[in-house]
Amino acid sequence: MANSVLVIGVGNAFRCDDGVGVYVARQLASRSAPGVMVREESGEGASLIEAWQGHSLVFVIDATSSDSRPGTVCRLDACDKTIPTEYFHYSTHAFSLAEAVEMARALGSLPEKLLIYGIEGGCFDAGQTISESVRSAADRVARLIEAEIVDFHSSGHSKASNTAKGGYTHA
Amino acid sequence: MKTRTIKVDYLARVEGEGALYVKARGDHVEDVKLKIFEPPRFFEAFLRGRDFREAPDITARICGICPIAYQMGAVHAMESICNVMIDPRIRLLRRLIYCGEWIESHVLHIYMLHLPDFLGYPDAIQMAKDHPEAVQRALRMKKIGNGIMTLLGGREIHPINVRVGGFYKTPTRRELSSLTDDLKWGLEAAIVTVKLVSTLNFQNFEQDYEFVCLRHPDEYPLNEGSLVSNKGIDCPISQYDANLIEEHVAHSTALQTTVKGRGSAHLGPMARYSLNYDQLTPLAKNAAVNAGLEKTCRNPFKSIIVRAVEVVFAFEEALRIIKEYDQPPCPAVDVKPRAGTGYGCTEAPRGICYHRYTIDDAGIIRDAKIVSPTAVNQKTIEGDLRYFIEPNLHLPDEKLKWECEQAIRNYYPCISCSAHFLKLNIERA
Repeated sequence: MANSVLVIGVGNAFRCDDGVGVYVARQLASRSAPGVMVREESGEGASLIEAWQGHSLVFVIDATSSDSRPGTVCRLDACDKTIPTEYFHYSTHAFSLAEAVEMARALGSLPEKLLIYGIEGGCFDAGQTISESVRSAADRVARLIEAEIVDFHSSGHSKASNTAKGGYTHA
Repeated sequence: MKTRTIKVDYLARVEGEGALYVKARGDHVEDVKLKIFEPPRFFEAFLRGRDFREAPDITARICGICPIAYQMGAVHAMESICNVMIDPRIRLLRRLIYCGEWIESHVLHIYMLHLPDFLGYPDAIQMAKDHPEAVQRALRMKKIGNGIMTLLGGREIHPINVRVGGFYKTPTRRELSSLTDDLKWGLEAAIVTVKLVSTLNFQNFEQDYEFVCLRHPDEYPLNEGSLVSNKGIDCPISQYDANLIEEHVAHSTALQTTVKGRGSAHLGPMARYSLNYDQLTPLAKNAAVNAGLEKTCRNPFKSIIVRAVEVVFAFEEALRIIKEYDQPPCPAVDVKPRAGTGYGCTEAPRGICYHRYTIDDAGIIRDAKIVSPTAVNQKTIEGDLRYFIEPNLHLPDEKLKWECEQAIRNYYPCISCSAHFLKLNIERA
């Protein structure tokens, strides 16, 4: 999987804004670009470690709940610094995204580059509607990720496509 | 005489919010309180007024790590009320999905939550730096457990494929067989796990517990059996309420349980193992013997070995079920409601999880009672701490806190389930 790009949308699409990561993943999966894989994850840490292992560039998009204004976007480079646990709540029973990053760092199994986009949610009720401000931020994040992937490819990091017909793979 | 108070305000590596408060005067422990301040979650109240078929999906939400326990308790109770017989092949699939839950829950606890205590690390992330091979093994084992839950339950967290009467969809033989190679690797990894944990240093601490668990004539208990204890309980699960009494204590939002006329009850792996040793597979028994376990284990610190033995059993059982699997023609039987009260009690990873429901002729739930294993174990944990702390009062507070937290984690308490856990607070007088 050398030079491969993976986009992971994290969240629950049936809990309104919690599904924003999945929404971004689906946006990117619906467009065509070479050498990019897209998958959806619940956010369970062990599955995340497994998913991103061996990839060159990985984007993880998840909803945050930090009392910021809904739609606020944060971008974190997980290879550079630790991820604040308080941003990404999951379950105290299992690993959260932040713990998965630290565990992968300890095990030496982080991808070459791991970028995390957090989008502040406002409503985490049951339902499939993403709030307007959150959706708008999600569209912007999708465009930002596309631009970063283009930069990554043009910088010569990746020439190969490991997906069928060179399109997005929605796993 | 000097008073000493030791407090742990928020216990780490337990699920939910709880604290420990200990008051000691001289060499004597005066008070121990396992304070559970997780807000009540009112699941029983949510269930009232809902259709009986909704119970497995609502109760699955009680816990992200053991949803199967709640789903199984609910479906068994409803099926007993409606007097339906389940295809034995469906029963085996239920046992298989439960194996998945035991594997992922036990492995998480053994490696990520409990092992760091024994090896002197604050958490599994720090431990992973020095023991990457063990952590990699754990992650893969846990993933295999999750894989069983995903295949049978639709997803690993809060599965959606369990219904009253069976499943919404059953897997093909080929789909189940796809798990075999991973399960064979997992079985070997489980035996390595038993060997690993058997080499740890254990506190010399034993208690005369009343072990309470299920017992089945033909199998190691998972989904069904009668309610038994080593001090005289032997009854159908419908007699649960006559034997185990819940009461409210001021320092806990979870009801505490006592055995009627006696004391606390000890649920979980040690109870199951000690009262069902004869039902373990030869391989699991052999792993236990090689690890130095007796047929009865009364040292809660050694529960980590017992859990590992149960992981061996769960992998082996999963392989057996898959080998014998024959896809049933219908994924579920049709269940017509009828008025009545029914009971469900299964072996969650932490111990028996009891459900009682009353429904009316239209299938509307009129009454519900759910007792999580952690709620029952609260009193046992407090008892352990009282006896454990007194001979260790000479230790400095930080060391004593560490030891107390480890003693609590022997039970892998799931506070969110029970409040429906930990600060340590030790007051020395």
